[in-house]
Amino acid sequence: MSESSPISRRNALKGLLSGAAGAAAVPALAAPNHTEPAPPAHPSRFVFHDPDFMQPLKFPWEKLLSAEELATTKALADLILPKDETSPAASEVGVPEFINEWVSADYPAHQEDREVIRGGLGWLNTESFKRFSKRFEELGIDQQSQIADDICDAAKAKPEHRVGAVFFKRFRQLCVGGYYSHSQTWKSLGYVGNISIGGPYPGVLPEVIEKLGLQDVV
Amino acid sequence: MPVLTERKTQPQYDVIVVGSGAGGGMAAMILALNGVKVLMIEAGRNYEPVKETPMFNTPEMAPLRGTATPDRPFGFYDSNIGGWQVPGEPYTNKQGTEGDFWWWRARMLGGRTNHWGRISLRFGEFDFKPKSRDGLGVDWPMNYSDMAPWYDRVEQLIGVYGENDGIANAPNSSPGVLMPPPKPRVGELLAKKAGRKLGVPVVAAHRAVLSQPMDWKNLPKVLFPNNPKAQEILGKDMMSRAACFWATNCIRGCSIRANFQSTTVLLPPALATGNLDIITDAMVREVVLDDSGKATGVHYIDKVTRRDAIAKARVVILAASTCETSRILLNSKSRDKAGLANSSGQVGRNLMDSVGTRLGAHIPAMEDLPPMNEDGAGGLHTYVPWWLVNDHAKLGFARGYHIEMGGGRQMPEARSFGYLDSTSPGVYGRKLKDEARRYYGAQFGFSGRGEMLPNKDCYSELDPNVVDQWGIPVLRFHWKWSDHEIKQAEHMQQTFAAMIEGMGGKAKPLSGADAIQRPGEIIHEVGTARMGDKAAESVTNQYCQTWDVKNLFLMDGSVLPSNPDKNPTLTILALAWRSSEWLMEEMKRGNI
Repeated sequence: MSESSPISRRNALKGLLSGAAGAAAVPALAAPNHTEPAPPAHPSRFVFHDPDFMQPLKFPWEKLLSAEELATTKALADLILPKDETSPAASEVGVPEFINEWVSADYPAHQEDREVIRGGLGWLNTESFKRFSKRFEELGIDQQSQIADDICDAAKAKPEHRVGAVFFKRFRQLCVGGYYSHSQTWKSLGYVGNISIGGPYPGVLPEVIEKLGLQDVV
Repeated sequence: MPVLTERKTQPQYDVIVVGSGAGGGMAAMILALNGVKVLMIEAGRNYEPVKETPMFNTPEMAPLRGTATPDRPFGFYDSNIGGWQVPGEPYTNKQGTEGDFWWWRARMLGGRTNHWGRISLRFGEFDFKPKSRDGLGVDWPMNYSDMAPWYDRVEQLIGVYGENDGIANAPNSSPGVLMPPPKPRVGELLAKKAGRKLGVPVVAAHRAVLSQPMDWKNLPKVLFPNNPKAQEILGKDMMSRAACFWATNCIRGCSIRANFQSTTVLLPPALATGNLDIITDAMVREVVLDDSGKATGVHYIDKVTRRDAIAKARVVILAASTCETSRILLNSKSRDKAGLANSSGQVGRNLMDSVGTRLGAHIPAMEDLPPMNEDGAGGLHTYVPWWLVNDHAKLGFARGYHIEMGGGRQMPEARSFGYLDSTSPGVYGRKLKDEARRYYGAQFGFSGRGEMLPNKDCYSELDPNVVDQWGIPVLRFHWKWSDHEIKQAEHMQQTFAAMIEGMGGKAKPLSGADAIQRPGEIIHEVGTARMGDKAAESVTNQYCQTWDVKNLFLMDGSVLPSNPDKNPTLTILALAWRSSEWLMEEMKRGNI
């Protein structure tokens, strides 16, 4: 018997969860010979230190990007990862919101990214106004690409585009990371895991074994 | 199944076990199955893997897409509560020592067994007698042959997959003990092929994951002969553990109980006996003694109410983790300023982690393959045991390492795509998606786990100036690698590079000094209360009994006299089982 559908597995998991939900979660806690009821453990749990996976998880900090910054973020993210035949556009899988979370997180590495990303979004709109008298998100794809072509490769960028190029590199990293960490992009990418399989693990496809000449090590 | 008993603590127990991880969980289970009344005290919160494990959660369900943060260094879904920093519970490093030691702690029921890699390698015959072999470090007070039956039992109890390869110092299990290993993934097969040319043996990994259902009808009789109650409890429990369904990373924990965690494998049967009480959120300050020097219990603080309390028992077992156990001993100063059970002066000394380095690369042969589900057993399927065990004279370093490996089509994460910076600079738009598809799954890497020698510069002591939020003096660490570790790290990098080149990739190996990971980063620290033959040179005998206090036992990594490359958990489990049986015999004989 093999079970490989994510839906049936999810139902199985739900069964596990609901079955356990009736049990009391509060640990029995008492000093020797004391019998009074114990207080609940950890009334407040910081989501990054001790997440409560049985509750909806909330981002614990204020999200810093303005509506304008988010609009520019969305436009650039969709230019970098547009919709195609098999996969959605960046903004359809929450990439702008992810970048907003990323630059708002209260950790030193994220604070550094905040400078790069916010400064870069400002640089992008300044450049856009210089060339086309419009904000970046108001431009057509061709005009957006004209600017992107000048900053997309840091090694080839002219000195006057260097700030933009440093920003673009980091933005593209975050964009790609946010995009492919969304499960809706996985099928198109070629990740087919995160589902349960009954019986033994199937191993490498025979045609791959043949293609790579691995017959003698299987 | 309830994880915690509802009963309150009793006035007196037979045994108190401090800590609920591998050592504490095993001791508590063995004792409880044999009718011993046990109180377990855990410094962290209650944790119920069957309810709390985010097994199939996808990254977009988590803040920051689940990426690692300083609060959750192995990613948001890692089961560990704690880490290298625990709020309100600092530690320090002595200024001027060479490297800062990072101290990983779990503050949850089950301790670090909820999070570990499940890699379960037996120490071999050479590992128990290292000094006899090369003159360095110390020998263990027993031989491999003394431990082999206990390794068999532990492997049968928890379920370990692997194969017997007959490689020197990488012992075979008894026939029928191991479960069949899962088939290798494509990168692992490429590594095996590359290894053949280099003389580097790539064989099945040994991991504590059920690759098939447990033999619940027979195993309990084999493991607990003459104990019908234990057989009944274990039979039911083994029947209810599911085999791995080849999805999700083991470090998230396992709600179907296919892998080994103290909370899923040891504590449920222990609680089913009715002989075990557990208090969580309780941090032990010290062991309490009577006038004759015998342990009478422990003094702890209830973290929720901040109320101090004392629990009493005939025997105390510390299994609080290597450094925490030595901290409790050093803080137990009622009789001796040097700390409890420390007449040898070895408590806190001989701190060892594993030597770790890693190297990965892009493997063109893995590009553009048809999609395959490579989640597998949530960890490695193959590894390389140390293959140069007789060549140390020419290698220039004394001890060996094993190689772990991984990559391929793992669950995409926000930080998985750094390779596009080098494969696809300047690319955006539809072409970027094409390149991401082409190169995804073509990254593969190796990491080494090597044996470090104990040295006089690596130790922990109490910091005279700092206490934690519970008022307990904290540990201060000292650290210095020796040339043995640096040269070993260099050798790892050269080997990994040769393997990567053999697989068709381009490798950029680092020097040993640049490649070696931080002290404590591998989270295999052991040795701070080592066992030995003589009371003058060690803290416990071979049964984890302290020389100085007959009814005080240490059953965690602290007692390991050396730190073989093979990851300590399996050996901690085997030692705890063996020592618990001996403890019960001593209690029956009236010696304790």
